[in-house]
Amino acid sequence: MSGGTDPQQADGPGGPRDHARPAADRGSHRNGVLLASGVTSNSGRTVLPELRMKVNGSPESLDVEPWAGLLDTLRDKLGLTGPKKGCEQGACGACTVLVDGVRIVSCLALAVQYDGREITTVEGADHPLREAFVRHDGLQCGYCTPGQICSAIGMLSEYAAGMPSSVAAEGLTDDEIRERMSGNLCRCGAYNGILDAIADVAARDAR
Amino acid sequence: MKPFAYVKPADVEAALRAVATEPGAKFLGGGTNLVDLMREGVERPDTVIDVTGLPLDAVDDLPDGGLRIGALVRNSVLAADPRIRARYPMLSQALLAGASPQLRNMATVGGNLLQRTRCAYFYDAAAACNKREPGAGCDALDGFTRGHAVLGVSGSCIAAHPSDMCVALAALDAVVEVRSVRGDRRIPIGEFHLLPGDTPQNETALAPDELITAVELPALPVAARSRYRKVRDRASYAFALVSVAAALEVRDGAVAGVRLALGGVGAKPWRARAAEEALLGGAADEAAFRRAAEAELAAATVRPGNAFKTALATATIAATLRELAREEDAG
Ligand SMILES: Cc1cc2nc3c(=O)[nH]c(=O)nc-3n(C[C@H](O)[C@H](O)[C@H](O)COP(=O)(O)OP(=O)(O)OC[C@H]3O[C@@H](n4cnc5c(N)ncnc54)[C@H](O)[C@@H]3O)c2cc1C
Ligand code: SF4
Ligand code: FES
Ligand code: FES
Repeated sequence: MSGGTDPQQADGPGGPRDHARPAADRGSHRNGVLLASGVTSNSGRTVLPELRMKVNGSPESLDVEPWAGLLDTLRDKLGLTGPKKGCEQGACGACTVLVDGVRIVSCLALAVQYDGREITTVEGADHPLREAFVRHDGLQCGYCTPGQICSAIGMLSEYAAGMPSSVAAEGLTDDEIRERMSGNLCRCGAYNGILDAIADVAARDAR
Repeated sequence: MKPFAYVKPADVEAALRAVATEPGAKFLGGGTNLVDLMREGVERPDTVIDVTGLPLDAVDDLPDGGLRIGALVRNSVLAADPRIRARYPMLSQALLAGASPQLRNMATVGGNLLQRTRCAYFYDAAAACNKREPGAGCDALDGFTRGHAVLGVSGSCIAAHPSDMCVALAALDAVVEVRSVRGDRRIPIGEFHLLPGDTPQNETALAPDELITAVELPALPVAARSRYRKVRDRASYAFALVSVAAALEVRDGAVAGVRLALGGVGAKPWRARAAEEALLGGAADEAAFRRAAEAELAAATVRPGNAFKTALATATIAATLRELAREEDAG
């Protein structure tokens, strides 16, 4: 997910769905750089442009403050309550979402950093892992589950792409899965079911 | 979070102009440390300059066999780079030992170099902290110090440097390339991070208007046989109590080349020069490894809560060197 090679997603047909409040005049234009990620309007003032993201396949256009977090934006502006706020410190993984297929923690992300990107939350993650978590009892209270599932999807594609881990085993062993999923905590301790669900899907992928 | 203006320049010159002219501006990499500290109110920038659009995300070969790593290369991408894994395995291992996969996908090399301490009193606005508020005192001195440093500390601050990546960079003699509107500079890693002394608020040699553009790794054949070992309170996803980055070359039973650096114990990423000196030319055996480790830890200043770190660091250094020596034997 290195900056220069991040695929930037264009709006699909039909144009962005509009969640924007009327664009407020904010920020200013100084020193040849745009403040508040603004664009200079005809009147010479800077207006905050809309943030455009594709979320779970649909183009969205959002009016957010620079300090709005990505997690809050997904939950409060788009009603996507799958991603959870566990710690808001990057420490639990409950807020994990996929950006252009790469897993990140959305609680330490500002929404403006992800302008032009494609976000997938558990709601849009159409993947056999969702059903496998149910089948293997990969949850008790379910609070960590959306983050676990998004993280596992990202993990499987990292593994397929040859990304190393500190376990460095041959194949996706249980120890490998545990290490590669160590960014997601489960207060209920449903780890055995989580592991089984992921191992099951990984084995089916391998066949 | 305190409101701020956000800019995302597309080229380095625009980023440098912005930081030179906007008072209270800060660069933003992956955001995993800065956004966290802004939310806690520890960092309060007026302008945030998002540098992730700058074309500084390549890893390039240098003519002498070294590598030049762009400041915006993500930690996960760097750890997976086949050249890093082959020539500097300790660096790949150090990166993989840090944080979580999600955080490594976000974190940049520049941000990792500048990540701030995890001292709980530094994070807690209600606690006294000389680093956060110069002259306020230090609640850690008589507090809970399990995570704190024992080398390079002062009476003003005993915070440990938290980075795993930087420990490997210290062992490898990396050079940090920085640029501002005033020009370019190259800062050796050993001079990049500062010891706390009486001014723990000054953490690096970087000026506020300087952008990290790259990190250079000089060619270092001994590093091809190197490793990073991290000891922590759980198997993964925790900061180091003690960590060791080591490279070792043994010829005819004697140490012909060695690099050693420590994490978790130093006020900055700790190059263990006393231990290296003790090892070089001597026997490559367990007794020598322990003596060298003890020579390094002799300078430790401990508190009741972190006194265990001298024994733990000594054992971890000796074990890491032993493993490397055994690998050498095995060819
Ligand atoms: C829960 C958790 C666990 C963690 N565990 C570990 C661990 O075990 N080991 C470890 O080593 N780390 C750990 N980390 C820390 C993590 O490695 C750092 O947060 C990360 O490396 C910072 O990189 P970033 O790009 O996100 O930096 P940012 O947060 O974007 O920036 C950090 C600082 O660097 C400055 N900056 C960024 N880029 C540049 C540049 N190019 N030039 C000049 N200044 C710049 C910013 O202004 C800011 O002051 C952990 C973090 C969290 C949240
Ligand atoms: S150890 Fe350093 S960072 Fe921690 S409270 Fe003391 S002065 Fe602050
Ligand atoms: S809420 Fe984001 S990691 Fe815990
Ligand atoms: S199922 Fe309850 S936290 Fe994981």
